[in-house]
Amino acid sequence: MGRYVVRRLLQMIPVFIGATLLIFLMVNVMGDPIAGLCGERQCDPATAARLEQEFGLDKPVWQQYLTYMGNVFTGDFGTAFNGQEVTELMATAFPVTIRLTLIAILFEIVIGVTLGVVTGLRRGRPVDTGVLLLTLVVISVPTFVTGLLLQLLLGVKWGWIRPSVSSEAPFDELILPGLVLASVSLAYVTRLTRTSIAENRRSDYVRTAVAKGLPRHRVVVRHLLRNSLIPVVTFIGADIGFLMGGAIVTERIFNIHGVGYQLYQGILRQNTQTVVGFVTVLVLVFLVANLIVDLLYAVLDPRIRYA
Amino acid sequence: MPDGRHEPEQAIAGTSMGGTMDLGVDEAETLEQRPDGAGGPGPEGKPRSLWSDAWRDLRRNPVFIISALVILFLVFISLWPSAITSGSPLKCDLSKAQQGSQSGHPFGFDGQGCDVYTRTVYGARTSVAVGVLATLGVAVLGSVLGALAGFFGGVGDSVLSRITDVFFAIPVVLGGLVLLSVITSNTVWPVIGFIVLLGWPQLSRIARGSVITAKQNDYVQAARALGASNSRLVLRHIAPNAIAPVIVVATIALGTYIALEATLSYLGVGLKPPSVSWGIDISAASPYIRNAPHALLWPSGALAITVLAFIMLGDAVRDALDPKLR
Repeated sequence: MGRYVVRRLLQMIPVFIGATLLIFLMVNVMGDPIAGLCGERQCDPATAARLEQEFGLDKPVWQQYLTYMGNVFTGDFGTAFNGQEVTELMATAFPVTIRLTLIAILFEIVIGVTLGVVTGLRRGRPVDTGVLLLTLVVISVPTFVTGLLLQLLLGVKWGWIRPSVSSEAPFDELILPGLVLASVSLAYVTRLTRTSIAENRRSDYVRTAVAKGLPRHRVVVRHLLRNSLIPVVTFIGADIGFLMGGAIVTERIFNIHGVGYQLYQGILRQNTQTVVGFVTVLVLVFLVANLIVDLLYAVLDPRIRYA
Repeated sequence: MPDGRHEPEQAIAGTSMGGTMDLGVDEAETLEQRPDGAGGPGPEGKPRSLWSDAWRDLRRNPVFIISALVILFLVFISLWPSAITSGSPLKCDLSKAQQGSQSGHPFGFDGQGCDVYTRTVYGARTSVAVGVLATLGVAVLGSVLGALAGFFGGVGDSVLSRITDVFFAIPVVLGGLVLLSVITSNTVWPVIGFIVLLGWPQLSRIARGSVITAKQNDYVQAARALGASNSRLVLRHIAPNAIAPVIVVATIALGTYIALEATLSYLGVGLKPPSVSWGIDISAASPYIRNAPHALLWPSGALAITVLAFIMLGDAVRDALDPKLR
């Protein structure tokens, strides 16, 4: 197990470097980091040169990247051009997005897995067909459309919720945005669980459990579900990174001041440090979540042992 | 590679492009296990190939017929939008802003007083163009690279796998915002280029797996023993038997690319006005959501139906090509 973890950690290094370098290049080569500093006007050449020197932008890109990564690993994510520390922005933004992601994942687990079990056990019945069709529709409607429509219906027409979230973003205000963020993944979790349950339902160990005379819910929960959850856990784990990155759209619709909001602002104002910093953290979250998922396999499926 | 290690990569492949791909990934494993012509002799006594067998299934599948008709209609109105509209999508009359449905203007007017019906019809062109061209680009680039890596293996294969890992670690919408926000050109090409850039790893992974499975077949070994060249092996023997999963995944991806273009346009980095796109119209209508919800609902509905049609088509093709799932 220990050696496996070390090997996986080593494998993460090139991916981490590649992904951050790619984003770094995109931001630095494609955009002009100075352009955002002088407001709407063009910077005059002297100021531009001075600023470039101040931020180390006159050096070659690879050198900038190395300096930046060196700083990141000492906990210094640099300063946004408005003078605020990027770490400060992160401290306010990440808790909000983490709350949002937690709610989304909770929806995926509770609704997605339940629907998956129900439909998987009743394959081919009207309930199954109906839910399957519904998941297709949910997958097809882009998140921003789902979000705007729900906001229109629940927030504006019926007045059940506040259409936009306050800056503290407590849990109860994030329920609808969390559902919107989860919607597409929710449909996938349902489909995955359904396929997995339907496949395992015919397996020998389930027949044995039934033959032993175990009560139905025990067969389903302890024997069938535990073995069917492996692909679902994989999906949800990989989804954590996707949800946090995809929160840009949801956060924009409901005016939530989380990671997506800060990133969006950073990109619009060409705020290099903010963008690269946030993306670096998101990439790390994604990689670590995937590692944890792989380790969870051994827990869920005793047949898998990591040497 | 033990089973447990194989799974997460597929799930990642699924999530990075809006999460569609697990509809398709299982093909890579199951499709090729079916030998060519497994449908057995047909009623006419002739052996049926995988493709004619699939086509027979598809013709009887109502889901396939409906989604194919919707797609044909979309292609038609994107080629000849003037066939069912009379005005121009850019001709707007501010005095009619936010008005509802009236004679000659069934969908009403948006916040700028433009006819929502005309704009919705003209919006199809952008979506279809982006979807089709981006999918072509992704399919060609992804399957060529994936097939080469799968066929030759070795260092190139390892490098390609690590590169795809890197691309999967970058959230798509985020990458789009970063790359496209600096581009001022207002055509569909930057959006298509971006989708190809971030989309190819997904297909290359599918193609690679598919080619690896296909190249182990006996008939490939036999052809190699007979002295067939590498290019002949790939083009004549492996490609026809490895391409099914690629087609399925590409069809479903086409739908997600259309959704992605709309999302990027909604965020203000895809296409920008005066281009006509459903994403732009939805974004422009969202401030007027209280007074003129129709300006939001029609383009949203059109977008949803379009994406749904492509995803259902991909689903139907997948079912037809992979009878094991039934």
